[in-house]
Amino acid sequence: MKTLLVLVPAAFALTAYLLPSDRLRAWLLPVGGVAHLLLALAAVIAPEPLPVGAWLGLDPLGRLVLLLVSLLFACCSVYGLGYLRFRQQWGTRAFVSCLFLFLSAMSLSVMARHLGILWVAVEATTLASAPLIYFNRNRLSIEATWKYLLLCSVGIALAMLGILFVAYSVLPAPHISLQLDALLAGAGHLSRPWLRAGFVFLLVGFGTKAGFAPLHTWKPDAYGEAPGMVGALLAGGLTSIAFLALLRTMQIMIAAGEAEVAHQALVVMGVLSLFFAAVFVIKQPDFKRLLAYSSVEHMGILAIGFGVGGLAVFGALLHMINNALVKGVLFLTAGNIHRRFDSKRREEVAGAIAVLPVSASLFVAGFLAVTGSPPFGLFVSELTILQGVFSAGRFPLGGYMLLMLAVIFIGMGSTVLAVTLGQPSPRANQVNWNENFLTLAPPAVLLLLVLILGLYLPEPVRAMIKAAAGTLEAGQ
Amino acid sequence: MLIRLFWHLALLLGLSPLLLGVIAKTKAGFAGRKGPPLLQPYYDLARLFRKDMVISRTTTWLFRAGPVVGITAPLVACLFVPFGAIGAPLGFDGDLIFVIYLLGLSRFCTAVAALDTGSAFEGMGAAREVTFACLVEPTVFFVLIVLVRLTGSFSLGGLFGPALATGWHTAAPSLMLAIFCMLVVTLVENCRIPFDDPTTHLELTMIHEVMVLDHSGPDFGMILYGAAMKLLLLGAMTVGLALPVSLGSAPLDAAVFALAMLILAVLIGVVESVIARLPLLKVPQLLIGTSLLSFFALILLLR
Amino acid sequence: MGNLANLLLLLVILLNFFILGSSRLGACIQTAALQGALLACVPLLMNPISGHTLFLAGSALALKGVVMPWLLFRAIRQVRIRREIDPMIGYVPTLILGTVATAGAFIFSDHLPLVAAHRGSLVIPCGLATLGAGFLMMITRRKALTQALGYLIFENGIFIFGLLLTEAMPLMVEAGVLLDLLVAVFVMGIVVNQINREFSSLNVENLSLLRE
Repeated sequence: MKTLLVLVPAAFALTAYLLPSDRLRAWLLPVGGVAHLLLALAAVIAPEPLPVGAWLGLDPLGRLVLLLVSLLFACCSVYGLGYLRFRQQWGTRAFVSCLFLFLSAMSLSVMARHLGILWVAVEATTLASAPLIYFNRNRLSIEATWKYLLLCSVGIALAMLGILFVAYSVLPAPHISLQLDALLAGAGHLSRPWLRAGFVFLLVGFGTKAGFAPLHTWKPDAYGEAPGMVGALLAGGLTSIAFLALLRTMQIMIAAGEAEVAHQALVVMGVLSLFFAAVFVIKQPDFKRLLAYSSVEHMGILAIGFGVGGLAVFGALLHMINNALVKGVLFLTAGNIHRRFDSKRREEVAGAIAVLPVSASLFVAGFLAVTGSPPFGLFVSELTILQGVFSAGRFPLGGYMLLMLAVIFIGMGSTVLAVTLGQPSPRANQVNWNENFLTLAPPAVLLLLVLILGLYLPEPVRAMIKAAAGTLEAGQ
Repeated sequence: MLIRLFWHLALLLGLSPLLLGVIAKTKAGFAGRKGPPLLQPYYDLARLFRKDMVISRTTTWLFRAGPVVGITAPLVACLFVPFGAIGAPLGFDGDLIFVIYLLGLSRFCTAVAALDTGSAFEGMGAAREVTFACLVEPTVFFVLIVLVRLTGSFSLGGLFGPALATGWHTAAPSLMLAIFCMLVVTLVENCRIPFDDPTTHLELTMIHEVMVLDHSGPDFGMILYGAAMKLLLLGAMTVGLALPVSLGSAPLDAAVFALAMLILAVLIGVVESVIARLPLLKVPQLLIGTSLLSFFALILLLR
Repeated sequence: MGNLANLLLLLVILLNFFILGSSRLGACIQTAALQGALLACVPLLMNPISGHTLFLAGSALALKGVVMPWLLFRAIRQVRIRREIDPMIGYVPTLILGTVATAGAFIFSDHLPLVAAHRGSLVIPCGLATLGAGFLMMITRRKALTQALGYLIFENGIFIFGLLLTEAMPLMVEAGVLLDLLVAVFVMGIVVNQINREFSSLNVENLSLLRE
């Protein structure tokens, strides 16, 4: 069952590669996406028992991330059908195959219970997603691809070093295992200096992947140049995966009694990320790069949430779901606007609401959601995190967060509103393309989910988040 | 004591021109020529010492002093350097620095003599020679520090003595790097290919040769002889590094040393035949690389 | 056995210097290949011979010594470049930095809380020094290809460190790691080719259109 989650997308990738027709290949996307979603739902609703010492398996934390990744991918795959119809010129073989490989690698990293496998899977996500960024085949996208590939590869290589350090910390013991349960069970005997050094490298390595400032430099380029649906998958799916990998190392640190160090480090990363995001969001002329900085901001919020601990962990897990869903809304609709205007600069795009009424409305709604306005889910999750921060007595941190959130709201707002409202700019009819059901329904569904999460948290979801938070705090 | 002194000098004076002959012969062999006889350098020296000198009217006593220092400095320095297992006749703590600076003094005097002629070419040659000497000096000192650290002695006699033989058991990698560095030093200090070409005919590409263009007759002979002795001196250090063993009897040791020196000369000949001369601008890069390598040898030893 | 392994590791460090100081790409790739091949022999010398070590040595030899250099060679043939013309920092300063990093690695590893069996071994300083060399290569060179080569050397450094911990990485994981590395180099080779096609040059300073 659980291996199917990896094998089915891989099989779809192979089929997509072998299939001769571009039209048929596009249809594979929704089929594969929905199939994976069904499998993921089955795995979440009827969880298989997780034997101690297994290399692959789904714990509550894994289930949570799997569900959100699968959901996001399913929505993006439907969108992809509409998108690829419009974009036929370079063929879709590499694109579709890589999308499925990407999904397969993400599923594997969610299920990995061995640090080595986790590493292999996360590196595989980098490699599978690099060609996706180059889909547009121009100078800008090749630059973004190279930066993404090199920075993330080096980052992940550092994470490997961190894993080796963690392995070294076991060393006086006769047998080394990097299996998560074994590590957690023996965490009390790990050599402290090596474990801490390992954590730093893992934080930097997976942090590069998640895009904490100042390791985020690949992010605006990659998100800006990739097609909208790839941006959605990177910003919603990949960052969650990277964060999950970080949480695995957090589990070890907490079990080893080094929670203090790990928490401090995360809070520092979070504070830096919020700061960088706020600085670069202001006057950002490019609305897709704007979304990238928004992603940096949310990574910062997550880091602070997990770093503060306690109640904030629940909020942070909820925020992870919300963030992934709302990134889907924003990137997919931004992709629509980008396509119609053939530009993503603020000077050239205006009045989108007149030409693309639904996309632009969804974009504005997504903007409101992502900046944490009620009644959307992010309002609830950010409020929970802040509650955790204040109840932990860290008032300066909470105040700082509020200030940065306000700055980012204003900064994003000026660009988003300039793009959507007002008189349509002369480029409004640059490209003969109109929004249609396939490119509107996915973001609408995602926005609806975010709205529901804001109004009312269903009991199963709450239980899932509680269980996930429980695994994270288990060692304490 | 006096006998040892005599033997040392005899070995130095007798063997050093032969090395040049061996190098020339090896190169000729590689080029498929018969080459000059092995003893040609001796004939050359004899011929030069019989000749008259032409001395430019613009020069001063510095010009005459250059060759004299050029031959006496290696003569004095050799008394402190053990030839293989034959111990040095003289020695005191810190004589390694003395020897290096004696060689430096001879270079200084040759360079000053070259500048004294007022010729643009000679000035250029002097500048190049001094530049390269600066770059090679760190290598020499790092190698010596490695040896000092290894043997605990501050005198050349002790550095290449039996303590080094035990050092080979504990620090072989460092010593191998040191030998490589010393080989490079030998090549640079004696103006061999790939750093300088002693047989070049174009003044612009010369380094050492261009400095001594104005010398003639016995003066030039002294310079040539001094250079040959310097080759033997640095070669002796390299050989001493590689073969710190004694066979017990003095004549046997002398024979082993002479043989090792000849092998070194052949090696230099081979290097000169198979490697092209480096572009002038590349030389500093390589020399700095060698310095770094010798520094690395020191790190390896210190850890 | 241990002595021979140390000798090989020493050679690896010397090769680092060579790569840092050389401008000819072909020679650099060959040196990196030689480095990979030398490293592949080290696990055989350090551990008792078993299926695991044989696999590790064999696959490392095949991938690091043959396949990846071949991929890079193919890339330079396609883009027809021979030399790294002007690095960001000159060769001599890079060499000096490399030596400083190596010295730092040696000094630093003396202060690490190592297990008794690993004290005095060259593995950790050599691994750190190679990491440093790879990192320097990536930040000081302008050609995308040399940066990819730097990544390869960086990975070699991690491989050296992993030699101490062969037991921690089961066979399957090890295979996955090497496969990932191979694909990474493959993808980098393709991207290098595309960069050349877009810009008619491999210099990464062309890659500066995206900025704030």
